[in-house]
Amino acid sequence: MAEIKTVTKNVIVDTGCANLASVKFAVERLGYKVTITDDIELIQQADKVILPGVGSAKHAMANIKAKNLVTVLQNLTQPVLGFCLGMQLMTESSTEGNKSSTADNNANTVPCLNLIPTKIEPLKAQDKRLPHMGWNTLTQVSDHPIFNGITTGDYFYFVHSFAAPISEYTIASCEYGSTFSAAIAKDNFIGCQFHPERSSALGSKIIQNFLELEPQELVKL
Amino acid sequence: MLARRVIPCLDVRDGKVVKGVQFRNHEIIGDIVPLAQKYAEAGADELVFYDITASSDGRVVDKSWVTRIAEVIDIPFCVAGGIKSEADAKEILMMGADKISINSPALRDPELITRLADVFGQQCIVVGVDSFYNKEANNGKGEYQVYQFTGDEKRTQKTGWTTFDWIERVVSLGAGEIVLNCMNQDGVRQGYDIEQLKQARAVCKVPLIASGGAGTMKHFSDIYQQADVDGALAASVFHKGVIAIKDLKTYLKEQRIEVRPC
Repeated sequence: MAEIKTVTKNVIVDTGCANLASVKFAVERLGYKVTITDDIELIQQADKVILPGVGSAKHAMANIKAKNLVTVLQNLTQPVLGFCLGMQLMTESSTEGNKSSTADNNANTVPCLNLIPTKIEPLKAQDKRLPHMGWNTLTQVSDHPIFNGITTGDYFYFVHSFAAPISEYTIASCEYGSTFSAAIAKDNFIGCQFHPERSSALGSKIIQNFLELEPQELVKL
Repeated sequence: MLARRVIPCLDVRDGKVVKGVQFRNHEIIGDIVPLAQKYAEAGADELVFYDITASSDGRVVDKSWVTRIAEVIDIPFCVAGGIKSEADAKEILMMGADKISINSPALRDPELITRLADVFGQQCIVVGVDSFYNKEANNGKGEYQVYQFTGDEKRTQKTGWTTFDWIERVVSLGAGEIVLNCMNQDGVRQGYDIEQLKQARAVCKVPLIASGGAGTMKHFSDIYQQADVDGALAASVFHKGVIAIKDLKTYLKEQRIEVRPC
């Protein structure tokens, strides 16, 4: 394992979801220390917070509630980076309740953390296969500091059937049947629909950008 | 644009990568972690690890290598073998695998697919289908039939399912991806079974991965172009250095197939 580069406190929120280990290993490969935790104080005191997630929004929100982390996460002021479902949990709501949610039934809407004012909807893939699974290119990339060194046309690994539509909070887009948000951000909250921890060298670059980000860089945006 | 995936498959037995011909006579190829790392660095889009003995032995796969792989590679990987329950799946996913693949346990208990998809999400539930073309079947008209316990020659047996019926069934139960292993082609490097994969494609609404038969770079371009599969899996051509992933991707790009650069 590489040497430890900083003394900043990085945490991965233990949402009870399954990809915690791969996110932790990705951070450690860059030479940073990181703790997986659901301890309220550790999360509040961290310099950087990563919110990972795979699976369904319903399941993950239930876990977050059971751990009394809803208001803790909502009140964080340090930079927070969500991956995949972690990004989706930052929005107002998701229609990804359970398997039957493909029926477009509003009764299946799951309230999320409401940190970025947008809503997660089924990906409009047209005639394409779902889940949207594999390596796809970014079709637009903003100058947000999380994307330093990343350009349009770069490939990232996506696995999802739900997505955030394009909005004023979109900081990168991707196309699969229709254009959707590959990443969204508001203030200190940043979310990527793709999996940086599984996106080879460019994914590592995004994690590194986040860990090296000065919080004031986000204030200026 | 979504890239077609090139997926080296590592058959694992007792922590070593092995390869047999038509599911038999396994020879040791090498240690699992350095091979995984080598393929990730070479430009593989994803890796699949099959513990080929697990299901047929009725024992649980030795899983310690899953964590060791997750530590070193930065591309997605899938683990198959002996996953029979939500608890088994959770353990593998918690160790850092991105997907789990089930095969024989899904045949014994199809509802397992739904239970796994509900808990972990459809995207990480892959169903592997071992399909054999029996030319005598169906009154001599020939039929694609699903087999189980293919890791052990002595226990390998035909199921009551035809391949395309089974694919439709597992997709309706919540499978997020199908890997279709065409057993007649496995390990003989004569090309993927284009006809079978085309028919599978027609009934498969989720990502479909071709497996069995890769021998040349043209076999890859043929299967992407003619059967519209999302990914192609291969073992021996990569393990034995017959095809380098970098060369393969350069070739595929020349054929105007969308691939991620190495």
